Amino acid sequence: MTYQVLDARWLSPNVKRLRVRAPHVTHNCKPGQFVIVRALVDGERIPLTIADSDRAAGTIVLIVQVVGATTKALCALEAGQAILDVAGPLGKPTEIHPVRHAVLVGGGVGTAVIYPQAKALRDAGARVSAVVGGRTKPFVILEEELGRVCDDVFPCTDDGSHGFHGFVSDRLKRLIAGADVPVDLVLAAGPVAMMSAVAEVTRPLAIHTVASLNPIMVDGTGMCGGCRVTCGGHVKFACVDGPEFDAHLVDFKELTDRLTAYRAFENCAMERSA
Amino acid sequence: MNDTPIKPKAAERMKIPRQAMDARNAVARSASFAEVNLGFVEQVAMMEARRCLDCKDAKCVGGCPVAIDIPAFIDRVAVGDFAGAADVLLRDNALPGISGRVCPQEKQCEAKCIRGNKGGDPVAIGYLERFVADWAREHGDRRLCPPPKCEKKAENVAIVGSGPAGLTAAGELAKRGYGVTVFEALHEAGGVLVYGIPEFRLPKSIVRGEVESLQKLGVEIETNVVIGRTYTIDQLLGEMGFSAVFIANGAGLPMFLNIPGENLKGVYSANEYLTRINLMKAYDPNSSTPVMRAKEVVVVGGGNTAMDAVRVARRLGAERAMLVYRRSRAEMPARIEEVLHAEEEGIIFEMLADPAEILGDDGGWVRAVRCVRVQLGEPDASGRRKPTRIAGSEFEIPCQIVISALGTRANPLLTQTTPDLKTNQWGYIVTDENGMTSKGGVFAGGDIVRGAATVILAMGDGKKTAGAIDRYLSLNRRPT
Ligand SMILES: Cc1cc2nc3c(=O)[nH]c(=O)nc-3n(C[C@H](O)[C@H](O)[C@H](O)COP(=O)(O)OP(=O)(O)OC[C@H]3O[C@@H](n4cnc5c(N)ncnc54)[C@H](O)[C@@H]3O)c2cc1C
Ligand SMILES: Cc1cc2nc3c(=O)[nH]c(=O)nc-3n(C[C@H](O)[C@H](O)[C@H](O)COP(=O)(O)OP(=O)(O)OC[C@H]3O[C@@H](n4cnc5c(N)ncnc54)[C@H](O)[C@@H]3O)c2cc1C
Ligand code: SF4
Ligand code: FES
Repeated sequence: MTYQVLDARWLSPNVKRLRVRAPHVTHNCKPGQFVIVRALVDGERIPLTIADSDRAAGTIVLIVQVVGATTKALCALEAGQAILDVAGPLGKPTEIHPVRHAVLVGGGVGTAVIYPQAKALRDAGARVSAVVGGRTKPFVILEEELGRVCDDVFPCTDDGSHGFHGFVSDRLKRLIAGADVPVDLVLAAGPVAMMSAVAEVTRPLAIHTVASLNPIMVDGTGMCGGCRVTCGGHVKFACVDGPEFDAHLVDFKELTDRLTAYRAFENCAMERSA
Repeated sequence: MNDTPIKPKAAERMKIPRQAMDARNAVARSASFAEVNLGFVEQVAMMEARRCLDCKDAKCVGGCPVAIDIPAFIDRVAVGDFAGAADVLLRDNALPGISGRVCPQEKQCEAKCIRGNKGGDPVAIGYLERFVADWAREHGDRRLCPPPKCEKKAENVAIVGSGPAGLTAAGELAKRGYGVTVFEALHEAGGVLVYGIPEFRLPKSIVRGEVESLQKLGVEIETNVVIGRTYTIDQLLGEMGFSAVFIANGAGLPMFLNIPGENLKGVYSANEYLTRINLMKAYDPNSSTPVMRAKEVVVVGGGNTAMDAVRVARRLGAERAMLVYRRSRAEMPARIEEVLHAEEEGIIFEMLADPAEILGDDGGWVRAVRCVRVQLGEPDASGRRKPTRIAGSEFEIPCQIVISALGTRANPLLTQTTPDLKTNQWGYIVTDENGMTSKGGVFAGGDIVRGAATVILAMGDGKKTAGAIDRYLSLNRRPT
């Protein structure tokens, strides 16, 4: 099996969209699920969200942000080249319940997670708003694509170069306060600090909030426990019990901390590949 | 073999001492992933084989889970007919190069050896098995000869998991003419043999060689497929056109200690640690796979997994690589040879100690394990002596990495997505004596049925169940 890249284009200065041949993944895949990808011989296995899939064409879309050696190698791929391994779909799909108004909050590459969720919620009849953030205008991704499947899209930038000037969590607060249809579901995907901030916005309002967690993973099948997170005081394996969890129960502090486990090593690996 | 040596008389044979296995120097090897045991040369193998008394009522065979005709293969070795020895071995065991290296012979065949029980050392059955397998591999793989008259069957069989159970079943079914596809969740076939057992104990080239010979027999191996997610069992039996499924997905769910501090940075399950090292090649400094290295490493457990993890930690540069175990040395379930090798490599054994808490520093990194001394009570019904904690006996072991090697349980991923598959209270799949599950056309074997067991038992299940699948499909075959 070769996992060929069919087309590749940059969405932002550090995020690339890859359409990849992976017919086996399209067979049963649903919003919220991810694949484990290997890009370097003898290298790491990393999780990436299935941002879109096309069963008839046997292709999936991956949206990859350069953060380290493996994502850098992936983002160097052009159409016609291939990824070593693509396993999946993995993780539990997003639970799509009938809701009236869902707000999807995407930070940076987390926006890749909310795109398929937006489609599914729209198909389930919900009103769907998206709040998407980036450092500056070029870092806000998928705004147009989300525009096609959401009722509203609210871009936010840290410097005010595009849309709302400030954090997505602040824009969310305002959106909830002014919503004509009351918000009854919030889905968040992005940096841990962002998801944690979103959880604090909705906690006092008791709005059901789900975060798509991004711990370090290895196998993605429940075999290693490296992806463990604490949720409501219980240890969960994010790759099989998640990656989506009730944001009001997640121990974000622990997650943030665990993500730094390999920082020193990663810097070396990145320098070597530079 | 024109100068076939004559086998000596029993009294002569009793005089031959057990031949030692040459091993790499303990100091040199504690920094290397090269295989520790170097194997017998032909002369040594023949000498060792001559120690066998060729007993009428050979007890060793009863000690072997797959009942290899041990005296028969050893007889061939003794006279230098190594090809003949390989033929005998391969009748009962498709992967002798693997079992010869990893079987706990001291609890199986060699424990029953009559010569050993007469007060001497048992015949080195495992070393001889390994010798014959290696010899056969080096002299052209004999299994590649097409088995006699295997007519192509119409049915295809799906195998879930490429560990020893899955690979053995795949070979047996392919030889019987079935179309066989093995689905493997990881990117490389072999199961624990590639992700768990380290290179220095079982070189991966051996496993790869076995997988390649299966592929030459026509077995398809599809990696990166997680059954239960990529395809369900029902889809395999339905739209994908398989007539039977053999589930051999192992017992891959790691157990943790459930003590405070277990999510600190520096705490690993043995599965994660070993997978990063073995499957993802983190032992190679050029690999981009990260793995933590530290001066002081504590591994908790006493089985093969614990022994592998602690010896790996030593090889990655730990000055104090320590094994912490709740019972005493005698109770350790690891292969005796691994325990001896670990000692030679400078592994520290901290017995009768039970971890109570993992302590961290301000940055969230492990700094020590707090343990409690235990004492062993009278043996319980299972014969194991139950450890009880001694009040006020707490002590700290400074370390930067803690690896939990407490064993594994059934991974629920597959069974949860196949609700009509009957499991027991621990989540293991329930089968009848032929490996058939509660679901029509679905069979299971290896660790997912037995609980974490051994390589040879998994291979035995693969072989036996392949026979049962053949009978099942033959009975269901409509006359054409
Ligand atoms: C379920 C899930 C879905 C994900 N989906 C996407 C996606 O669609 N697009 C995308 O660009 N990224 C996604 N990620 C994050 C992505 O897996 C990491 O960015 C990637 O593993 C980094 O690997 P690297 O070798 O390039 O960087 P490294 O050098 O290994 O790491 C750089 C930094 O990234 C963080 N990191 C390391 N490993 C992981 C990891 N496994 N998961 C999360 N963060 C990590 C750490 O904080 C680290 O310091 C997802 C993560 C999860 C768990
Ligand atoms: C570190 C370690 C050392 C050991 N040392 C020894 C030893 O020295 N001697 C000995 O006899 N035994 C040893 N054992 C035990 C032995 O390895 C196991 O009993 C044996 O491997 C079980 O074989 P199996 O075929 O049932 O499963 P496994 O070898 O576990 O293989 C199962 C395979 O199925 C795959 N899989 C799981 N779920 C799915 C799915 N849903 N879809 C597709 N594929 C899936 C897994 O990725 C894996 O590759 C050791 C075990 C470990 C962990
Ligand atoms: S398979 Fe294992 S138990 Fe059987 S003879 Fe070989 S080493 Fe002994
Ligand atoms: S990634 Fe290994 S258990 Fe989740």
